[in-house]
Amino acid sequence: MRSMGERKLIVLVEINKRLCKDCGYCMHFCPKKILAESKERNSRGYFYPELTDPDACISCGICATVCPEGAIELPPKGED
Amino acid sequence: MAEYMRSHMIADAQSGYCPGCLHALATRLVSDVIEELGQADNSLNVISVGCSALNILYWNGDFLSVAHGRAPAAATGVKRTNPERLVFAYQGDGDLAAIGLAEIMSAANRGENFTVIFANNQTYGMTGGQMAPTTLLGQKTTTTVYGRDAETTGYPMKMCELISTLEAPVFVARYALNSPKGIRDARAGIKKAFEYQLAGKGFTFVELLTNCPTNWKLSPLQTLEYMNTNTIPYFKPGVYKDKEAENV
Repeated sequence: MRSMGERKLIVLVEINKRLCKDCGYCMHFCPKKILAESKERNSRGYFYPELTDPDACISCGICATVCPEGAIELPPKGED
Repeated sequence: MAEYMRSHMIADAQSGYCPGCLHALATRLVSDVIEELGQADNSLNVISVGCSALNILYWNGDFLSVAHGRAPAAATGVKRTNPERLVFAYQGDGDLAAIGLAEIMSAANRGENFTVIFANNQTYGMTGGQMAPTTLLGQKTTTTVYGRDAETTGYPMKMCELISTLEAPVFVARYALNSPKGIRDARAGIKKAFEYQLAGKGFTFVELLTNCPTNWKLSPLQTLEYMNTNTIPYFKPGVYKDKEAENV
């Protein structure tokens, strides 16, 4: 993970592949185009998204916003 | 950041909806807002018949599953006997605009203090894609195989416009769920409707334009484009009535 300097809040996309149904909305709307379909299938037989370049992620939350299943979350780092 | 975390109001499993169905997104938005308002233990979901009934297995909060189209009538009873509860009816277009037209118009006209979330996907999804009152002109369904023709089946019914002509409703709005902006607007709209209800203002109605990849015979991404070019020009998103804003 890259160093974020003095910024306090670092969030990173967390993908729950078990919930994914491969609708492709997250990959379509990602402004950085860093979500790509996986090579493997999840337990229900769907291809799920994978972060291809975590360093390029700007944590905009659009993938989490458009996911119908809520399979993508952006937990604030350091919480809990 | 809570906006980007999955709500505990929905089960920790895949929903029963098809891949890409915006019904699941609508359910998730409602659950998010309820949790944000701290009403998780105080809410009651009146589930109608149709694809919305898949929420029976997906919704973690209290719910009531009622007869086809009668959700506003059941919600009236629940709300009148439990005025402190956050009561909302979650209905689809076949349920609300066809068989339940009398119930929704009467409940809106009485100004009952609950919220109706109306997921409009312009088809009967659960039963295999028949024409609904909201099906667009020219749209092919299993009962309008050459496309809907106004001569024989009339025009798509605009529920927000209809309900906003009544005197009693305090908040009537329509949002399209096919873009991040639309989704965020919808979330804010649902929150406003619930806040009005909790403040005892009266009847609130939120229409969410959704899709049906299975019965429209399109891929999920194609349905979003179809909504942009066909659905949104006819069912225009926006706030149709906001009595509180008018009073300011």
